[in-house]
Amino acid sequence: MAVGTMPAKTRSVQRTKWLKLQVYRYVVFALAGIFFLVPLGAMFEFSTRGNAGQRTLEYWRSIPDYPDLTTAIIASLQLALITSLAMLVLLVPTMVWVRLKLPRLTRIVEFICLLPLTIPAIVLVVGLFPMYLWLGTNVSDSILTLAFAYVVLVLPYCYRTLHAGLGAIDVKTLSEAARSLGASWFDVMWRVIVPNISNAILNATLLSVALVLGEYTIANNLLYNNLQVELVHLGRDNAGVSIAVAAAALLFAFVLLIAITFVGSRRRRLHPESEGITGLGVGPVQGSAG
Amino acid sequence: MSERRGVEVRLENLVRRYGTVTALDGLSLTLAPGELVALLGPSGCGKTTALRLLAGLEEADGGRVVIGGDDVTGLPANKRNIGMVFQAYSLFPHMVAWENVAFGLQMRRVGLAERKKRALEVLELVGLEKFANRYANQMSGGQQQRVALARALAIQPQVLLLDEPLSALDAKVRSRLRDEIRRVQLEVGITTLFVTHDQEEALAIADRVGVMQAGKLEQLGPPTLVYSRPATPFVADFVGLTNRMEGTVRRGSVEVRGQTIPLVHPEAADGPAIALVRPEAVSIEGNGEAAQGPLVGTVIAVAFLGAVSRVTVDLGDTTVLAQLPTSAASEHPAGSKVRLTLRPDPVLIQREEPAATAS
Repeated sequence: MAVGTMPAKTRSVQRTKWLKLQVYRYVVFALAGIFFLVPLGAMFEFSTRGNAGQRTLEYWRSIPDYPDLTTAIIASLQLALITSLAMLVLLVPTMVWVRLKLPRLTRIVEFICLLPLTIPAIVLVVGLFPMYLWLGTNVSDSILTLAFAYVVLVLPYCYRTLHAGLGAIDVKTLSEAARSLGASWFDVMWRVIVPNISNAILNATLLSVALVLGEYTIANNLLYNNLQVELVHLGRDNAGVSIAVAAAALLFAFVLLIAITFVGSRRRRLHPESEGITGLGVGPVQGSAG
Repeated sequence: MSERRGVEVRLENLVRRYGTVTALDGLSLTLAPGELVALLGPSGCGKTTALRLLAGLEEADGGRVVIGGDDVTGLPANKRNIGMVFQAYSLFPHMVAWENVAFGLQMRRVGLAERKKRALEVLELVGLEKFANRYANQMSGGQQQRVALARALAIQPQVLLLDEPLSALDAKVRSRLRDEIRRVQLEVGITTLFVTHDQEEALAIADRVGVMQAGKLEQLGPPTLVYSRPATPFVADFVGLTNRMEGTVRRGSVEVRGQTIPLVHPEAADGPAIALVRPEAVSIEGNGEAAQGPLVGTVIAVAFLGAVSRVTVDLGDTTVLAQLPTSAASEHPAGSKVRLTLRPDPVLIQREEPAATAS
């Protein structure tokens, strides 16, 4: 029945239902907002609290005055970048190749990638310690070597995200079409597969960045000073600066998330059938694996 | 029509195994320059495998692929200069139609302006120049397959491969696109291998039809010959409908229910056999109310197919299909008594157990 010919009573019932649904949506949205924003607000409140009760940005301004902190921030950002790149370089071609050429290995690759989920971070550290001891002595004791451990740490999350992205496209047909048109395997990956799973890649990158920025246990136990370790140290000396940096890290992750959601929604408007998963709603994982 | 630039394609004794299953069992096939050959067969007969070996998407366990005199057996797919249209929609979702068509040219390092110009020209060839800036999801299935055809042709390939490109489309679009493919193929003059399980499609579009079974080519010939002179009982069974009627072979003919029909292979030994009779070789002669005889029966169903109708007649111990012009079939509604006659077109025989049904 067309809406115009619907009886007034039916329309009224439908409108009431719609209103109830809208109210329910807003209530859920508000509760979720409060859940996320109250701690963030409390962090801002604390990090802008002056001695005499006035508001001040003193703690925020003094962040650069702590050289260890800025070094740790830079190291964590570098680690986030290296980990994300290494994860993508390792995982995307492997997953595509397994789908195309070795589908019988799918379960094994999945098992290996998800394995780190089941290993507590502290156990991982015990296993990694001798390797890092050797690395520190024979190769480099740079904090950037933590990227090896972090690639393992982010594997399960990124595997799942990329798996969903690849599942949304017909990898085999697209690859074969590209090959028949003269594309090398590199071109197939770079010009055909990657653009069509860009949302999944962005999400996997976001997860990697969030995990690395929030990682504490491995760095602390392997005696490296990353952002989270430095925040804990700083928290003992100057809690205000420590919270300001933590709030800044959260903001950074939120900005990343919004950027990815924006890119994702723009892509969805252009290619509604080729979307991967977007908007996982992942913030920085504070003290993850810890 | 432009001058043909097709090349000869030879598949020589191709073998492909998947574990213990032999998908291709020594397939040999030659396509003349500019010819369109349709490979027809049931699922799993090896027709798609043959096409994929020709495309270089799979490696052969034995045999050779020769295109234009060059042995390309060991060449990877991206070095073979072959255009292919797939069964599944295969347009790159992140590119608009002209970018899809220009992709192959991009891989050949053709400049942007030139490849856009050529892409638009080929889109015009398939009648989709107005859709140049549309993404795949903004086009119908038929339009997507036409863009895929344009994409395959844009690289000016030596060979065009069509892997059931119409199977995902509805009947009307399928028929229109089938004609479109043939028109473009003739216009471009490219050697084409068309794989399908739809016999009507194969018979309508191809210069020659190859019928495959169990990895082997059962028959290769012009559509009319494959249909009217099937080389094997399988071909007779698979291409078109066939009545399987019990009979007796005697001196190069088969006697079926009192009528004598010549054999395709008159050297067949005398004895009981199953004659494979086409429905169009069965006609209904007048009213059979008062008649008696082995070819008198009752109409049990009339299937309207447009210009022709198929009439199913129950002869008591078996049923027979007759294909008649619809105007003639309308004179014999279900329940009426009729007398059948069998046209003396040469038929194939089988020496199996009688199945006594139309297949």
